[in-house]
Amino acid sequence: MYNASDLKKGLKIEIDGDPCMITNFEFSKPGKGQALYRCKIKNLVTGNTFDKTYRSVEKVNRCALISRDYTFSYIDGHEYVFSDNNTFEEARLNDELLGDLKYFLVDDMQVEILFHNERPLDITLPNFVEMQIAETEPGARGDTATNVAKPAKLENGYEINVPIFINEGDTVRIDTRTGTYADRVSKG
Amino acid sequence: MGIWQQRDALMRGIRAFFHERDFTEVDTPLRMQTPCMELHIDAEASGDSFLRTSPEMFHKKLLADGHERIFELGKCFRQGERGPLHNPEYTMLEWYRAHADYMDVLEDTKKLIDSLWHGADIDWHVLSVSEVFEEFAGWNPAGSFDEDRFDIDLVDKVEPALKRMRGAVVLKDYPVEAAALSRRKPDYSLLAERWELYIDGVELANAYSELTDPDEQQRRFEECADKRRALGKETYGIDAEFIDAVGRMPPSGGVALGVDRLLMVMTGRTSLDQVLPFR
Repeated sequence: MYNASDLKKGLKIEIDGDPCMITNFEFSKPGKGQALYRCKIKNLVTGNTFDKTYRSVEKVNRCALISRDYTFSYIDGHEYVFSDNNTFEEARLNDELLGDLKYFLVDDMQVEILFHNERPLDITLPNFVEMQIAETEPGARGDTATNVAKPAKLENGYEINVPIFINEGDTVRIDTRTGTYADRVSKG
Repeated sequence: MGIWQQRDALMRGIRAFFHERDFTEVDTPLRMQTPCMELHIDAEASGDSFLRTSPEMFHKKLLADGHERIFELGKCFRQGERGPLHNPEYTMLEWYRAHADYMDVLEDTKKLIDSLWHGADIDWHVLSVSEVFEEFAGWNPAGSFDEDRFDIDLVDKVEPALKRMRGAVVLKDYPVEAAALSRRKPDYSLLAERWELYIDGVELANAYSELTDPDEQQRRFEECADKRRALGKETYGIDAEFIDAVGRMPPSGGVALGVDRLLMVMTGRTSLDQVLPFR
């Protein structure tokens, strides 16, 4: 348990069983009144933010977050199945939690999954992933400018903007943190 | 102008204001054996004594000894208070006037702020605690006081509304449970003659018609000690000479004003970080 006076911006706490993070924090003490800790809090499961004011006598639950290393194995309908690198136990993440990251999963990819009480909360992929371009208009010959972009599609349908010199069959590196093109790895 | 020049001008202006009005500047001890007992103000230990949380007790002894117009500019210390508007060590302006009440010292305060803050042209709103709580929090704490609800609604609902009002807002007539060292209103004993001044939503000063009933003062200290014990807080001794002085002093009005916060507000800053370079 934390004392209210331990609270600060960035601290993760548990409220009604949900992991939450303090996104803004203000010490307040009205004239002759008690110390109050005014917090803006984000629920890390739902993403909702709300205000909560703690009195100095209140206690706040700690939030036990654990992250473990996994290997991506396969897709099962709307679920993505990973296997624990140490215990080989399965973890299943739905596509809602993965968002666009689902497009960047490749066989045997090493990922880190963050759990709160065995509930998967977040996943971290390697910063870069190599993927093949399945579809794009050919660029004008000799045009090697890197600041001109055109749309392209990966085999899984994800759309990305690439420089004009990229062709179908090329392998490119994608930054998984932003979902954008980083550079070309090899020509197709 | 840099912050030290601004502070210098402010301190000179404060001294000039009170000297022009025949107040005597006093310089009372920082260390004391029995700091003033208040439920939520904790004194910092200093050797076998404590650092004062306010010069109030010394000033009341001076009032009892016939000093009728006194002021002090000095450091006060409060344990554990740190934030954009709090520092555990800060400069307090405190003044007392005999044969005056809280509304008389409000007039002093308006004149003081006007003299220090040239061309500010501040709008003054004087509102009762009951009316602002009814309007912004939907209940009247007078007669149905609930300390936690009062404090939380004050910071979550009332103070943000005062900030939106801009200018100076004086909240007056506190529930007697939050009277601290002020006297009850003679015609309505659920309320106490206390006010707090906010400018641009920042609380700057606290004032009382001072309590001059030694038995009630003794009782309030004892009740406060019980409540502090229940919260697991340290209690301080009750200074018999102070209780005696409360019984001998004339009816008086007194104000405590946070100088660092005033400097912050007057110079358009929003955190004490910007006015206390060594913090």
